[in-house]
Amino acid sequence: MKTTALLLGGVATALIGTALIFTPGWNLHKVHTVQTGFRGLSVGEMSTVKTDALRKAANALPDAIDPAEAGGKKATEVYKNVQVLTDLSAAQLDRVMLGFAAWVGGDNGCNTCHNPDNLADDSLYQKRVARQMIKMTRHINKDWQPHVLQTGVTCYTCHRGQPVPKGVWYNPAPATAGAATNNRGFGHPAGAANGYTAMTTVPFAGILDGKEPVRFQQLNALVAGPGPSIQTTEKTYSLMMAISYGLGVNCTYCHSSRVFWSWSEGNPLRVNAWQGINMVKDLNANFLAPLQAEWPKDRLGPTGDGPKLYCMTCHQGAPKPLLGAQLAKDWTELGGVAAK
Amino acid sequence: MAMLNFEKKYRVRGGTLLGGDLFDFWVGPFYVGFFGVTTLIFTVLGVSMIAYGTAMDHVWNILQINIAPPDLKYGLGLAPLKEGGIWQIVTVCALGAFGSWALREVEICRKLGIGYHVPIAFGFAIFAYTTLVVFRPVLMGAWGYGFPYGILSHLDWVSNTGYQYLHFHYNPAHMLAITFFFTNCLALAMHGAVIVSAANPRKGVKVRQTEYEDWFFRDVVGYSIGTLGIHRLGMFLAVSAAFWSAICILISGPFWTKGWPEWWNWWLNLPIWR
Repeated sequence: MKTTALLLGGVATALIGTALIFTPGWNLHKVHTVQTGFRGLSVGEMSTVKTDALRKAANALPDAIDPAEAGGKKATEVYKNVQVLTDLSAAQLDRVMLGFAAWVGGDNGCNTCHNPDNLADDSLYQKRVARQMIKMTRHINKDWQPHVLQTGVTCYTCHRGQPVPKGVWYNPAPATAGAATNNRGFGHPAGAANGYTAMTTVPFAGILDGKEPVRFQQLNALVAGPGPSIQTTEKTYSLMMAISYGLGVNCTYCHSSRVFWSWSEGNPLRVNAWQGINMVKDLNANFLAPLQAEWPKDRLGPTGDGPKLYCMTCHQGAPKPLLGAQLAKDWTELGGVAAK
Repeated sequence: MAMLNFEKKYRVRGGTLLGGDLFDFWVGPFYVGFFGVTTLIFTVLGVSMIAYGTAMDHVWNILQINIAPPDLKYGLGLAPLKEGGIWQIVTVCALGAFGSWALREVEICRKLGIGYHVPIAFGFAIFAYTTLVVFRPVLMGAWGYGFPYGILSHLDWVSNTGYQYLHFHYNPAHMLAITFFFTNCLALAMHGAVIVSAANPRKGVKVRQTEYEDWFFRDVVGYSIGTLGIHRLGMFLAVSAAFWSAICILISGPFWTKGWPEWWNWWLNLPIWR
């Protein structure tokens, strides 16, 4: 009896010990750091040969498509039922459609959105959603230059060839029983959004799809009155982890960790991130939310809400989406700022 | 300076590692020795370099002193004096001073004919420091990874380094180190308290013998580690705390570049429930 127990215990310990030492994915490559502040402050972004290669592969660019003539017949004169891209020439519309097929078509290409027997048909929900997405892309390139600068975005920035981009979020199902039954937080895999921390799993609701501000902490040691609650603080931390994970950067990319709240002591890049949060709020409220009626059941989250975006949706784990490649400058059709 | 009556007994010649009889003498209560002299030289030189660097920065507030390591671009080479060179010299002096101090302890052990436990234990502290400013920077390829010498600046370094791994408390070796620090604290508090309670009674009460200390712990937790055992345990706990502190920073960077919370995915990825 005792021997059996010892044996079983020994085997379990050996297995767990082996897993603990050999499976976490240690880095054995040389580390490279881009220093982003004064020497000795330990501010910078780390990478290795392996992570650099992975990041490069994950951000492969689509094939370029030859530019089209702006003149000639208008798209509306050649094609039926053109509702959004009415300012383009027929040649430009053809070019944009080629782009869409490659960027968001997935395995079905044109047929992802179009009925091949009648291209003007609006029966596929993907086509109706695509109209909204084109408006959104133009809106980002025109009105959100505080965040996307002149680099701009195209469909490919988020979609990477697939009809549904990686890194969209839904509101989680409300907990029906205690934490032990659902593992919410506590580093459960669903928590990948916030860097596998043990904090609330979805930090976005109310902030990225509503008007809730990002609030962090009391600034005084002795709190004078009611301020942000501990839940607000944790939600904010969790949101910050989601940003960090979405951009593949650590906290010091934007913040001085001594005084997280201080704008003057942090990296100026924090202003850009703040514009990004505002942009995401705008896009979720004014472009994604109005699509609610369009989504089929299998596109909805557990509480019936449609997909929403956050930093990961575009950045896909890189500080600059597609490592800063300027695709939009070749796509004035989508509102990109042409190269000078 | 007058010698205490029992000091003659242990002030014996010999047992030195270097220098023979050259510095084999005492100044007041302090044994000097060859390594006492080198400790002094390294300390004076190192502290002077800190004062020099601070004066060049026009810093006159002790909290703001900041002798920072070189930029990462200098790699493992020498940096100009005003751009981290001073940090490099101070680091050499610190290592020289700490090493000399340990060897001076060895010489004293040899004179007294006792074990080397004290210098070995001190060696773990030196190992932790060396890990921070030599081993980890060498593994990562630049002296710039070392921490700056300054009261507030080294705290900023600790804070930023911690947040580069998103949440340093998830670092398993950091967990071990903290656990050893706390356990060390607990053991020392219990040991100190039980000794004082038995050996230093109020006036008119008899001093209780060792058995009373053992009996106390048997009554409380069913076991007493014993008079020698508690000191073995104490050394183990203290040395382990320093050792795992060194390991927790050594693996951060050279062997782990992601957030530490992510390290725990090995548990989620066990083939049983993956």
